[in-house]
Amino acid sequence: MDIRFKRKLINYFALSMSMIAVAFGLFWLFWILLSVFKLGLGGLNLDLFTKMTPPPGSEGGLLNAIVGSFIHVGLATLIGTPFGVLAGVYLAEYGRYTWLGRSTLFINDILLSAPSIVIGLFVYAVFVARVGHFSALAGIFALALLVIPVVIRTTENMLVLVPNNLREAVYALGTPKWKVITKVTLRASVAGIMTGILLAVARVSGETAPLLFTSLSNQFWTLDLNKPMATLPVTIFKFAMSPFEDWQRMAWAGVFLITLGVLSLNILARVFFRQKHKN
Amino acid sequence: MVNSAKRSAGLGDMIFLNLTRLSAVLTLVMLLGIIVALIYGAMPSLQKFGFSFLASREWNPPMDEFGAVVPIYGTLVTSLIALIIAVPVSFGIAIFLTELSPLWLRRPLGIAIELLAGIPSIVYGMWGLLIFAPLFGQYIQPFLSNTLGHIPLLGRLFQGPPMGIGLLSAGVILSIMIIPFIASVMRDVFEVTPGILKESAYAVGATTWEVVWKVVLPYTRAGVIGGIMLGLGRALGETMAVTFVIGNSAQLDTSSLYAAGNSIASALANEFSEAASPTHTAALIELGLILFLITFIVLVFSKLLLLKLNKQQGKES
Repeated sequence: MDIRFKRKLINYFALSMSMIAVAFGLFWLFWILLSVFKLGLGGLNLDLFTKMTPPPGSEGGLLNAIVGSFIHVGLATLIGTPFGVLAGVYLAEYGRYTWLGRSTLFINDILLSAPSIVIGLFVYAVFVARVGHFSALAGIFALALLVIPVVIRTTENMLVLVPNNLREAVYALGTPKWKVITKVTLRASVAGIMTGILLAVARVSGETAPLLFTSLSNQFWTLDLNKPMATLPVTIFKFAMSPFEDWQRMAWAGVFLITLGVLSLNILARVFFRQKHKN
Repeated sequence: MVNSAKRSAGLGDMIFLNLTRLSAVLTLVMLLGIIVALIYGAMPSLQKFGFSFLASREWNPPMDEFGAVVPIYGTLVTSLIALIIAVPVSFGIAIFLTELSPLWLRRPLGIAIELLAGIPSIVYGMWGLLIFAPLFGQYIQPFLSNTLGHIPLLGRLFQGPPMGIGLLSAGVILSIMIIPFIASVMRDVFEVTPGILKESAYAVGATTWEVVWKVVLPYTRAGVIGGIMLGLGRALGETMAVTFVIGNSAQLDTSSLYAAGNSIASALANEFSEAASPTHTAALIELGLILFLITFIVLVFSKLLLLKLNKQQGKES
């Protein structure tokens, strides 16, 4: 009787700790989101989207940083995606059982979690130091390197899920392998791959560290990829660390925009994937 | 006609195969490229300081004297604090998600935890600096000083002026960041435990906790450690969340966790674009190299453990 009671007691204790752990995790999520929304909405106004980043003490907005972020993320995704999809195709369709395929998959998973600031250092060493000045191009290059592993991972995952019957049916018609892949297996997994791309976009749009010594920042409007360019995350970093209240207010507004963007991309990716896979 | 169709098919196959293989090889090239480029960039510092770089506490840009002890210490200590908090919490979350939660709650809860992982680190950093740190310094740190601070030896970690920012705050923020990573890996590996094992244990009267502790955990041990290592890898290299709250001080003469410090990543983020002398730049690149090698080893270890669990599962099913 006694030991049974003790076991039950331990059980209840452990299970309540588990529930407390869940509450602990959710507590932070809600606290962070709540403060971002409260302070972010307070800093939101039309100027944010129509004016340039100001010197301290004067009125301004985040227009150049927002546009810079779109340019960075857009081009990085455009450059990184084809490489990622092609490499993913190799890993799933050609190299699944080869030495090269396996080691690439292994290394890719490590690059997926490697510190992004090191990617920034790498781009600095091979690009910025050679050219001699910071530029948006270097930042785009760094972000593209972060897009590739994410896209490789999801492409490979999704292609492996395509049933072999499908491939065999098309081979039986005498179709060459590259056509089987491009016309059938890739098409069958397009929803999954799109999800991967959306997640990659979500990941790089919040990245700050790799841009600190590649794109740097720029107080002024520029579309020249050969010059330093402002991005939202780097501007937030600069403004939030400053002692000026109006800069901090704008940083909160910027953080609100980024969080909103990243969270909607994450949710969109899930909804998109679920819908396609129901059919 | 038939022949030319065949030949063009062969040609198409060859082009496509090589195109995809080239992209895959690029991944390997990138890894090598990172290591080579960092070693090359760190060369001036490697030559000037040699191994004393790893043993010196000096970090003095005007005098061109650099040592890595303070940033390495900061990196390891903040990551360790993060693990101490995050591992039990993640374990609890994973137990809840796999064993306790009603079915309708599993999906939304899983998504909520994953959203926490999706929040960019700069958000954590800014929130940590402007919201969390002031409250932490005002309420939590004095409380810790008054309780844990009185324990002999261990107490030394919790003494000193409660400034809010510092190593301890950075560790706490890091733990919030890595909880979702560890929790979702743990949940995934707990789910691979064969139902028949758990059901057998329940059938002989084991409690839920006993099933988790004596059946699920031993079965998935490799995967659980792999997940913890993955979280550690993230924590070691995390930049923005740490840079905001660690205090950025190159000095270190106290064992207190309340003290401001520096991690490798935060030193890079703060100093790199303003480094004036070539030696300073090279020393920072060497720090980056050290960081990359440490995280690389941790992540390889993590991956191998997770693969081991997959293999074990393949053998038994």
